[in-house]
Amino acid sequence: MRTQCNPSRFISNSMQKVPPSGIRKFFDMASGSEDVISLGVGEPDYVTPWHIREACIHSIEHGETSYTSNYGLMELREEISRSYVKRHGVYYDPEEEILVTTGVSEALDLAIRAITNPGDEIIVVQPSYVAYVPSVIFAGGVPVTIGARGENDFKITAAEIEAAITNKTKAVIINYPNNPTGATIGKDELEAIADVIVEHDIMMISDDVYERLTYEGTHTCFSALEGMRDRTIMLNGFSKAYSMTGFRMAYAMAAPEIINSMMLIHQYSMLCAPITAQVGAIEALRNGEEEVGKMVREYDRRRKLIVGGLNDLGLDCFNPRGAFYAFPSIKSTGLTSDEFAERLLHEQNVVTIPGDIFGDTGAGYLRCAYAASREDIKEALDRIGTFVDGL
Amino acid sequence: MDEQTRNILEILEEDARIVPEEIAALTGMTVEEVNQKIEYLEKAKIIRQYKTVIDWELAGENYVYAIIELKVQLERKLGYQAIAERLYKFPEVRSVRLLSGEHDISITVRGNSMKQVAFFVAEKIATLDQVQSTATHFVLKTYKENGLILDEPDQVKRLAVSP
Repeated sequence: MRTQCNPSRFISNSMQKVPPSGIRKFFDMASGSEDVISLGVGEPDYVTPWHIREACIHSIEHGETSYTSNYGLMELREEISRSYVKRHGVYYDPEEEILVTTGVSEALDLAIRAITNPGDEIIVVQPSYVAYVPSVIFAGGVPVTIGARGENDFKITAAEIEAAITNKTKAVIINYPNNPTGATIGKDELEAIADVIVEHDIMMISDDVYERLTYEGTHTCFSALEGMRDRTIMLNGFSKAYSMTGFRMAYAMAAPEIINSMMLIHQYSMLCAPITAQVGAIEALRNGEEEVGKMVREYDRRRKLIVGGLNDLGLDCFNPRGAFYAFPSIKSTGLTSDEFAERLLHEQNVVTIPGDIFGDTGAGYLRCAYAASREDIKEALDRIGTFVDGL
Repeated sequence: MDEQTRNILEILEEDARIVPEEIAALTGMTVEEVNQKIEYLEKAKIIRQYKTVIDWELAGENYVYAIIELKVQLERKLGYQAIAERLYKFPEVRSVRLLSGEHDISITVRGNSMKQVAFFVAEKIATLDQVQSTATHFVLKTYKENGLILDEPDQVKRLAVSP
């Protein structure tokens, strides 16, 4: 008689090191509730602009349903290259320095796997997107988290990065404008960080997916800083700027050796990004500027509405200059982030995400996505007000 | 155009009933600044009027709309202006536009029945001295009006929390 199988015995050690995303709990709780106002969605509330959808439909109608190059359509890589020259004055060769991926999530995974040996340390600046730490663990690396603090408007300093560097450090991951805080970082501060990166001979992985959603000041592209082009893996995508989350369209840009290594993994796992989505991305880059402008202006209005509203409720909220998240402090209420978010959902049907899910320095804060209609934001503010008054 | 002006115009174009306090909250301006800016925009006739887009069909009023294309005879010195003025004074005429191409002018007429519109065109428009010919197209359904989709707006079906 054969013995019974215990499948969990076969799960790899690295999988067991990764806890489930804290967001999942709120996803499950919100799924069962009625009349929910959600500030929990890190996703634009616009349907992808029609001209982009139309380009995809046209492409399918004309039978464009094949594989593409592993790197992605050359036409798309050329457009991406042009857009970076235009916006940041930094050139990437479409032939060998750009890789089209299925979402920034894949690009991030490839970037980390391409450079990480077992035991290598990757510094993750938090609060940050929840995928960074697990991606490092999956690659056999050791995530070293450092916290950007509210007192410093959630900007990390060069000194804080330097303090975390050891002889095992391979790279740093930053994300500005930041999810979940909405923080941006200035050119001078990035220059100082670049000095540290060079001095310790490590790399930078810069997740710029919220780049186009910068409301105050100008976004500085890390690889455009002097000497940083070949020390940086730039990650960017179409989800946020062009409201194309479901298309899973993104790209990585780096030195040919890095991109080639990333492409090898991509080649054997994903093969290539879907052609229809790539056609949509070409259309977005060629003709999407007007729509981006409109969406950004509207997000900016909502930003002012929600930040002003939260401050009026006594929930101290620093001024987020990018992305579409407000990150108010709820420390004055005496509740933890988790208690606040959970009770707010149960008592007022408003979904927010506890800040500590994104890192320790997010404790005492709440992520409120304002990619929601103005009516929903106003209603959510009313309900949060009622909740806070009742504490 | 400066950012503040564009902001106010876009907000008002979307919702003419929005109050200055709310515009202030959306733009980061003070209520006083918003009021001053709107007053200037009204005086400069950049804001021409505050109107409402109504779906009369849904309200049960079965208005009939027709687009009438006209070929016209130009008047010396006055050009198209004189005929345009004659046309836009009729209350039935909702819009008057000068066109390039086969026809010279397009007007939109609203009436209570097809018969009424047909008689209006035959008796009031076609008989004008400058009008050489007319082509009447009755509107069967309006899907989009002034940038607003009347039929069915795009709706985002999003999860309450991103997975």
